[in-house]
Amino acid sequence: MNVPTTSASTSTPIIAIRNLQKSFGENRVLTDISLDVDKGEVVCVIGPSGSGKSTMLRCINTLETPTGGSVVVDGMDMTDLDLDIDAARTRIGMVFQSFNLFAHLTVRENLTIAQTKVLRRSKAEANRAAEANLAKVGLSEKMDAKPGSLSGGQQQRVAIARALSMDPDVMLFDEPTSALDPETVGDVLQVMRNLAEAGMTMVVVTHEMEFARQVADRVLFMDGGVVVEAGPAKEVIGNPQEQRTKDFLSRVLNPGQLG
Amino acid sequence: MSAPSATGSGGPTGPAVPLATETPKAKMSKRQKAKLSRGIQYAILIIIAILLVLFADWPKLIDAFGRVDIAAGMFPEVITMALKNTVIYTFLGFALGLAIALVVALMRLSSVGVYRWLATIYIEFFRGLPALVVFLVMGFGLPVAFDNFNLPQLVIIMIALGLVSSAYMAETIRAGIQAVPKGQVEAARSLGMSSSRAMFTIVLPQAMRIILPPLTNELILLAKDSSLAYILGSSVDGRELAALGRAEIVNTANLTPFIVIALAYLIITIPLSYLSRVLERKYGSADSGVK
Ligand SMILES: Nc1ncnc2c1ncn2[C@@H]1O[C@H](COP(=O)(O)OP(=O)(O)O)[C@@H](O)[C@H]1O
Ligand SMILES: [Mg+2]
Repeated sequence: MNVPTTSASTSTPIIAIRNLQKSFGENRVLTDISLDVDKGEVVCVIGPSGSGKSTMLRCINTLETPTGGSVVVDGMDMTDLDLDIDAARTRIGMVFQSFNLFAHLTVRENLTIAQTKVLRRSKAEANRAAEANLAKVGLSEKMDAKPGSLSGGQQQRVAIARALSMDPDVMLFDEPTSALDPETVGDVLQVMRNLAEAGMTMVVVTHEMEFARQVADRVLFMDGGVVVEAGPAKEVIGNPQEQRTKDFLSRVLNPGQLG
Repeated sequence: MSAPSATGSGGPTGPAVPLATETPKAKMSKRQKAKLSRGIQYAILIIIAILLVLFADWPKLIDAFGRVDIAAGMFPEVITMALKNTVIYTFLGFALGLAIALVVALMRLSSVGVYRWLATIYIEFFRGLPALVVFLVMGFGLPVAFDNFNLPQLVIIMIALGLVSSAYMAETIRAGIQAVPKGQVEAARSLGMSSSRAMFTIVLPQAMRIILPPLTNELILLAKDSSLAYILGSSVDGRELAALGRAEIVNTANLTPFIVIALAYLIITIPLSYLSRVLERKYGSADSGVK
């Protein structure tokens, strides 16, 4: 199945995925994914569990190595073996479902360690970026806390601030609110909303349909390792064309039956 | 233990007694059994103590093991030389063992099959080898096999102890590394850290809490294993506790040095095992999964 997933715009996309394939041994997880994301665009990826959403996202910064096709971010061919992959990854922020804050470091150290060690910024410069980004997620007072003392929602906001402190061109989110208590989901989504409004390019795997409908420029519905349906958020969520999309949405929009 | 004597007391008492009283009676008998068993255990202890006091030849024992003049004569060398050397050998061996262990652990976790394979062989080999054999090979086997194998005593001891301890420590470190959630490395890599930087700044510091308590135990084992250095026949001022003890026993034709040496080992090992217990309590019992 091949659905056009490239946007109408003529400018060069900041993320260009072409015929992406990924197998784990015999298990073909991604069959043939193509996707262009423009600068400043917000793309939400929805789909049932096991459909390959995380794998697709992780292929963008090559936490998973694609087994076929190409991924170009910011003009960098991520599958090129000669590419300095560590430098390339500093351009791509990633936020995980399980936060993955460095448990042995304070919030400040979490936000500065990669700035100083990877980007070689001075301590003062790194601290300035850390303070600015922690303020952005509304947690300035937690600068010297340890991650373990924070709630899930706070940890996830710190994780977003950590990624932002590298000044990335693109942010990837892998179900950032799925591991959260319901009452802390809103704060995290608000931070992401602000980020989208500020013009950040974002690819967001999520089950938050309301967020996708309001914030996303485009929505991709994935199932079985392919993009089944893609288009403007209001169309894919509000008026799905494919039967598989309809089935999935009716399941997700009915409470208590997350896919 | 006390079953035979108890069976007689708990039997039915006769037709006149209704069923209800039988239950409390049986309970009493159970308590009595426990009491009796405890009594027997104390009795054995007391009998042993009495036998010791009555039949052990105390004057002779004290003469053989408790000669204060001989013990006093061992000072200060037992501390300034022997204890010091034991500590030096132990820490040198430990430092080398730790360095080897870290390399072997990282090889075991490598994506390169040959490294994993070599590391596994190394671990299985040295884990199964008695420390004594390693000392004999290092001290006598290699010098015979290679003409110009002529290392200083201290280096031989260090290498032998390093080899002995490295296999176990490699497994400890590997288990500690594997206990750190995979997401920690993924987050580090996503921020642009290389895999080795992620290992040294993110994974190993977190693995430490799991690694430290068993490493402290290994230090205790190593302090004891350092006594094998005596078979290498060291110079007079290179003697550690065991060597000094042997020499003193021969010199004085008395066993008191044994006691002094044993106490000196405890000076090293008791604080270490206390430290190990503190670390274990602080970080939770983390020895699980390490063999
Ligand atoms: N590291 C891996 N090794 C083997 N199989 C994997 C791995 N990661 C994901 N998979 C498989 O790929 C499929 C898609 O997984 P994933 O991308 O996590 O789906 P989603 O995020 O949509 O729930 C699943 O069947 C999963 O078992
Ligand atoms: Mg997923």
